[in-house]
Amino acid sequence: MSDLPRTQHIVASGLIAAVGIGVAYISYTSEPARAFLFPKIISTAFVVLALWTFGKAVLGKTKVGIGLSAEALRNILPGLVVALVYVFWAAQALGFYTASGIAFFLLLSLYDPAPHDAVRTWVKRIIVTAGFVAVMYGLFAVLLNVYTPREIFL
Amino acid sequence: MEFLAYMGDVFTPINFGLLLIGTIGGLILGATPGLSPTMAVALLIPFTFRLDATQGLVLLGAAYTSTVAGGAVSAILLKIPGAPANIATTLDGHTMAKKGEGARALQLSFVASAVGGVFGVLLLIFLTPLLAKWALAFGPSHLFWLAILGVTVIGSLDSSSVVKGLLAGCIGLWLSTIGFDDIMGAQRFIFHSSVSGGINVIPALIGLFAIPQVISMFLKGRREREAEVLTVRRHPITEAIREVFRRSRALTIGTLTGSFIGLIPGVGGQIAGLVAYDQSRRMSPESRKFGTGHSEGVIAAESANNAMVGPSLVPLLTLSIPGSPTAAVLLGGLLIHGIFPGSDLFENYPDVAWTFINSMLVGQILMCVFGLLVAGLAARVAQVPNAVMAAVVLGLAVFGSYSVQNSMGDVYVMMALGTGMFFLEPFGLSAAPLVLGLILGPIAEANFIQGKMIATATSSTGAYFFTGLLNLTLIGLVVASVAYSVWMEVRHRRYTTKEDAMVRGETPT
Repeated sequence: MSDLPRTQHIVASGLIAAVGIGVAYISYTSEPARAFLFPKIISTAFVVLALWTFGKAVLGKTKVGIGLSAEALRNILPGLVVALVYVFWAAQALGFYTASGIAFFLLLSLYDPAPHDAVRTWVKRIIVTAGFVAVMYGLFAVLLNVYTPREIFL
Repeated sequence: MEFLAYMGDVFTPINFGLLLIGTIGGLILGATPGLSPTMAVALLIPFTFRLDATQGLVLLGAAYTSTVAGGAVSAILLKIPGAPANIATTLDGHTMAKKGEGARALQLSFVASAVGGVFGVLLLIFLTPLLAKWALAFGPSHLFWLAILGVTVIGSLDSSSVVKGLLAGCIGLWLSTIGFDDIMGAQRFIFHSSVSGGINVIPALIGLFAIPQVISMFLKGRREREAEVLTVRRHPITEAIREVFRRSRALTIGTLTGSFIGLIPGVGGQIAGLVAYDQSRRMSPESRKFGTGHSEGVIAAESANNAMVGPSLVPLLTLSIPGSPTAAVLLGGLLIHGIFPGSDLFENYPDVAWTFINSMLVGQILMCVFGLLVAGLAARVAQVPNAVMAAVVLGLAVFGSYSVQNSMGDVYVMMALGTGMFFLEPFGLSAAPLVLGLILGPIAEANFIQGKMIATATSSTGAYFFTGLLNLTLIGLVVASVAYSVWMEVRHRRYTTKEDAMVRGETPT
């Protein structure tokens, strides 16, 4: 195993173990104790398995999981940022349909292999985005009557 | 033969229309690489809110059946399995397509899928009521152990590492305890207002299955799909039907293997297809032809992966224990309509249960007919660029999660769980045991608390949970499932180590 996945395994399993210990601490110390009976059992197993995984990662004996390469992280980063901003801020602040349209267009522009310098490409992306927003509106607003947060442009 | 009394309900205009939509939509979704049957069914759940329970289940059941079969289209024409269940189909199916026999391969795959699928659903029809009656004998302690068994079986069999599979199951069980405790009303692990009402299963399922796929599509960057659609020449369907039944050995092996594997919780269509393919190759006098475009390979693999669909629902409908991630999603679909499957499902809701099962039977025939008609279109859809697919799935996931309770909190939970899952997968943790833990957690806890109350009033907790034939059998199965997986893992590691040594030119000891 190369050093990068080993470090990644240590960090990932360490975080999981930390969550497990936190869950166990809360389960064993919170009141009323009866409400935490089941979480106590679960968290005990959680901590044992997480520490086992962490120990194996520290010793470099992890057999499963290839980690994430730097190239993979570079590729997903722009898309992930768009997706996170869309979900955790834009959907509520701008409205679902406006935010979805912008996010769709950005993702298409970031990952569509068609050349960026051709006008046709951009026209196609705009049409596909408009089509997507129209379909989503038809499905959720008209067919399912889902009331989404108010749109910023309406 | 009670199911025949409800057969007419499948053919009401709305139910049959939904069956058609689910079948055709499922075939197209199934052909799309990256859209697994589980994810397709999870994304469809929000569309069932406005339908009644029967209609919703008809739609979901049709989508489940046809996405598994639809995956064969891209496996054969593009050499990209639409779902893991279609991996074995690629081996001979694509070779046939390259030889100009794409239409024949598609016809064989859909006819074999239909035969296997019908057998699997018949097994579901005849086994479910029997098991449901038997399940009446189950008390709280048995249901507790059964829920734990569901998590350990999937945790150990579905993952490449037993410890990590069980760890994922524990994380799922913990997530299920977030929110207010049912008995004392105490707040548990509420660290953000989004989870004050607990984690809703539907957004969690959508996030855990859809978001890692969306992010995976970003992984390739701005690269084109390298697949090329092979042209399909006409081939008479009657010949394909005759050939499927002439290759009865491959068909029987595939159908029986798939049905048996479907009954085992946690073992999915991928295993069914590969095992059936391998067994069929071993038992065939023409074993050398496998891998060179041999029809037996396609027939065995496709009959197996559809035969497992029906039996995989037996534990869900009888014991309320989903045997697979897709069954877990279907359980979510049932719960939102206030229906809790289990031993009394066929007494309380016979119309819902039987119409759903019957629709899957009719759906197999429709899937065969429409599969052949829409294969060309499905192959084109399968070529939609990753960027478009990722953006569409992300949009559907956001709108679908929000529509469950018109709550932004659900959307945040969906995205947080999905993103977390994407980063856990490269370290060997998989979504299936986590989902099972999340779904079975409340069942396990409710029965544990109930069992503990009974034990306090009658005997000791230890005696109540650890004695009795049924308890001991279930505990034995929990231990056996973990022990078997540990043994397989050790054996595989030893085999790999020996192989490595041979490659390096050392003598293995």
